Amino acid sequence: MIDFNLIVEKLPAFLGGADGAPMMSTSDGLQLTLELLFLSLACGLLLAVPLALMRVSKNRVASSLVWLYTYVFRGTPLLVQLFIIYYGLSQFDWVRDSWAWEYLREAYACAILAFTLNTAAYTTEIIAGQIRNTHYGEIEAAKAMGMSKWLMMRRIVIPSALRRALPAYSNEVVMMMQSTSVAGLVTLADLTGVARRVFSDTYMPFEPFITVACFYLVLTFGFVWLFKLAERRWLAYLAPRKH
Amino acid sequence: MFLQGYLPSILEGTILTLQVAVASLAVSVVLGLIGAMFKMAPSKPLVWLAELYSTLVRGVPDLVWMLLLFFGGQMLINDFCTRMGWQAPEINSFFAGVMTIGFIFGAYMTETFRGAIMAVPKGQMEAGLAYGMSPLRVFLRITFPQMVRFALPSFSNNWLVLVKSTALVSVIGLNDVMYRADTAKSITQEPFTVYAVVGLIFLAITSVSDFALKRLEKRYSLGVRETEL
Repeated sequence: MIDFNLIVEKLPAFLGGADGAPMMSTSDGLQLTLELLFLSLACGLLLAVPLALMRVSKNRVASSLVWLYTYVFRGTPLLVQLFIIYYGLSQFDWVRDSWAWEYLREAYACAILAFTLNTAAYTTEIIAGQIRNTHYGEIEAAKAMGMSKWLMMRRIVIPSALRRALPAYSNEVVMMMQSTSVAGLVTLADLTGVARRVFSDTYMPFEPFITVACFYLVLTFGFVWLFKLAERRWLAYLAPRKH
Repeated sequence: MFLQGYLPSILEGTILTLQVAVASLAVSVVLGLIGAMFKMAPSKPLVWLAELYSTLVRGVPDLVWMLLLFFGGQMLINDFCTRMGWQAPEINSFFAGVMTIGFIFGAYMTETFRGAIMAVPKGQMEAGLAYGMSPLRVFLRITFPQMVRFALPSFSNNWLVLVKSTALVSVIGLNDVMYRADTAKSITQEPFTVYAVVGLIFLAITSVSDFALKRLEKRYSLGVRETEL
């Protein structure tokens, strides 16, 4: 019933190659999915740490602004955010006349921008939550050592919060990995995009979609396993005692 | 005129989106309860089956599930009908969308309900059975009212994710808010305004649900002392 020859024949297409690569990227298929994922996760995390600090700061204005940002991005579908950036920005002449248009007209850059802003919003709340959960003893100890506010943030609060954010962040990474599948809806041929292309070429639904489902399953398990290792390394001090 | 008069069409699409979301929620709750019961069943194969369901569904993106179930399901039904010599029925895309999203979120609900049922002290169920209540009555009168409190936080989260996932159903041809926005965007040439409106609609839905569910959580936590630090 399932045509395995088709799967074997199309497997290289799923893995990705330079031929089908969108502008600005190096590949399509699995490689494109991973590229989108890692670039947006990296940018998102870099954004999230300062945003989380603003979110927990005593400055009402900074805190409310960040709250509004995370509220809007967590309350709307990623697809809508992607469409606002990819289709929406062309409505404004000043965007089309600016230097950034060279990038913003490419689906690839738009997808990374949308994914980055989305994951940054979720990650900000995860990290901010953990910063608030910092044990007061840690902060008192840092103050007693005479650390300045920034030194304390850099050496004590942020490292400790990032460690404790690991379990929640691993969920976010898996969710984000799965969310990259919407990239196909703005013309990018990521894993799901390739599967849709194979489907429309052959009109066989099971072979391509089950194949990508397997890819995503392996990726999901892979990330869960990696984060387990990371937690064992960085959260060992919170693990239940073995003896 | 704002959006050249396309706003009513977008709002109509919103109603369809809400209908899909609520109907899928009902499907997912039923599947979630069945899944949770299977997971706690004494029979090993049932446990494995439920385990397989929740693992497979949660490890694969919603969009891939939608494409697989919609196009795959259509093909299976067509094949079956031709083999039987029947006229293949047209699959209603509303039904297909609801079933697909319900199927996906049933897996998340399985975890929600399993955790909640386990949080209710077992002795209470045993006491109910000892009083001669039927298992169904024990569930309705004893387990359910108490598990709601434990299930609600994760249930709320699932609902919010579900609402946002319904944005994907236009992919399988549903005339929902995203589909209408697509039409409006091409005609009005104001894509930003159109999608900003859609974004605000979703934001309104999630905000209202969040508010209502928080109230409900309070209601079901009456008489439980809050932890104060």
